[in-house]
Amino acid sequence: MAKRFKKLSWLQAYASVYMVFLYAPVVLLPIFAFNDSTVIAFPLSGFTTDWFASLRDNSALKSAVSNSLIVAITAAMISTILGAFAARAGVRYRFPAKRGIMGLILLPLVLPEIIIAVALLVMLMRLGLSLSLWTVIVGHVLVCVPFSMAVLNSAFSGLDQSLEEASFDLGETAWGTFRRVTFPLILPGVISSLLITFTISLDEFIIAFFLTGTDVTLPVYIWSQLRFPAKLPGVMALGTLLLLLTISLLVIAEFFRRRTAQRRGLDASTTEGLI
Amino acid sequence: MTAANADKPIITLDNVTRSFGAVQALRGVSAEIREGEFFSLLGPSGCGKTTLLRMIAGFDEPTTGTITLDGKPMAGIAANHRPTNMVFQSYAIFPHLSVGDNVGYGLKKKRLPKAEYDREVEEALEMVSLGGYGPRAAHTLSGGQRQRVALARALIMRPKVILLDEPLSALDKKLREQMQIELRRLQRSVGITFILVTHDQEEALIMSDRIAVMFDGQIAQLDSPEALYRKPNTQRVASFIGVMNFLEAKASGEKGDKISLDIQALGKLDIPASALPAGMKSSEITRVGVRPEMMSIVLEGAKSTGHEIDAEIAESEYYGDMTYYLVSLPGKDEPVTISMRNTAGRAVLEPGSKTRVSFSPESIVVFR
Repeated sequence: MAKRFKKLSWLQAYASVYMVFLYAPVVLLPIFAFNDSTVIAFPLSGFTTDWFASLRDNSALKSAVSNSLIVAITAAMISTILGAFAARAGVRYRFPAKRGIMGLILLPLVLPEIIIAVALLVMLMRLGLSLSLWTVIVGHVLVCVPFSMAVLNSAFSGLDQSLEEASFDLGETAWGTFRRVTFPLILPGVISSLLITFTISLDEFIIAFFLTGTDVTLPVYIWSQLRFPAKLPGVMALGTLLLLLTISLLVIAEFFRRRTAQRRGLDASTTEGLI
Repeated sequence: MTAANADKPIITLDNVTRSFGAVQALRGVSAEIREGEFFSLLGPSGCGKTTLLRMIAGFDEPTTGTITLDGKPMAGIAANHRPTNMVFQSYAIFPHLSVGDNVGYGLKKKRLPKAEYDREVEEALEMVSLGGYGPRAAHTLSGGQRQRVALARALIMRPKVILLDEPLSALDKKLREQMQIELRRLQRSVGITFILVTHDQEEALIMSDRIAVMFDGQIAQLDSPEALYRKPNTQRVASFIGVMNFLEAKASGEKGDKISLDIQALGKLDIPASALPAGMKSSEITRVGVRPEMMSIVLEGAKSTGHEIDAEIAESEYYGDMTYYLVSLPGKDEPVTISMRNTAGRAVLEPGSKTRVSFSPESIVVFR
């Protein structure tokens, strides 16, 4: 018994160290964002919200934020639509080389992003296209589709096929069936997919760095600011805001994913307050 | 039978086949389903009954052959344009809609005024004894109630034919028996043709006007429940519908309206010539069948009816109202099954008891 406890305590120590190592830097971010000094070091000198205030009048930052929002929203919508097509096909239909095709769609999950970025850059240059936010969107869609497909896969596989047949049988058209039955039932999955892909695109640096022209996205802007020590506390403040935004988006996405999973488990669960 | 024009076919199946790759799910099915009848497709799983039902609904097309519904060939007509509605095995109740909106789903396209829509939905719900359930959420319903909602949703469309795909298989025994009677009564009152797919022979016997027994993608026999039970035309049909005891037999002669048979364990006896199916010669008889309730265990001291043989009880299964005996007959290795009603004067016999078994030659069914 005693031996087992000892073993357990070693594991606990290991887990604690691991957590500290992983999350301490993240905790430091908000601490220094409120610290009244341009030097990032302990001891803390005083509490201030100046760094957050300074973000407000920074026009370069504002354009970076709006660029990022344009890219993230567009990439989220396109990849969710494409992900829905892929998930639907994967769940419902049998076709030649299905596993191969599905694997190909999931490939960007395991490919190093830098390789995707460089490959896309070379291809776009060859095609003679100029770099812009659109090229960033293309790159982001590529890495977002696998996530979207994974989320929507569970939404579609939880959907009883006879529900669509019943709608069709009751005189509804294919489009009407989608509008009245399929879409409302996969909506939680769609929302979850939109949030996840939005977050991925918003945080993405390497592809945005390689594929953007003169318009920079937020992560690229932050990277450019790191060269100036005086701007560092401002970056900390910005990072704190991004951290909050990302965490809340992922929490909401997880909430919707669980709803979908729940609906899958109980074939007649509720949708109150949502649809 | 139940409707005025009972002999007019509402559905004609003409040599319908369906292949999935190398697998032949249906190998030439021809049948006429009459207007207003309760028709059942009965068979073991994989016999093609569900495939056939889905083709009538329009979810699948025959590989060859034609399906005619109400005088119109159905080839190329999709499910949403056919005058049929289906009650799915899973019920397929839309989980995000209320009970009322589930029932009124198909009416929405007609854009009725709200008052009329509400009235129709309520009427359909009342038809299945769910009046007032409209505003409830679909997920609050029990299995039996879902089944009724699925039925109301089909009835409200006033289809020519309602298709039921094993609608009672998910219900427990008591509820299933109650729904069988209710479905039957409802079908009689609305007069719509019902086509039921089931693997439960008892269910088919209770509910149907006519039953098509299907094996291996073909109809083995299409008849009324009574004819199927009393005059099964193959041994396979006979053992699928209820229990049948088979005995080796050979015809030894014909005289007038009697056929003399030499039957294993039962010995020589005469049966009426009418027992011979049309187109079959007495020389073709190889076996006969006797239903368990057509034989009885003779009470001690009872008067002999003439057709009696010695027997020994091998096993007994007590069911309360009935006892099923496995009985060994001299000259037969496999024991035969005999069912006896447990009436007041009748004791349940122990295995090993010696007894006598009586039977009537009229109840004997002959097979090739």
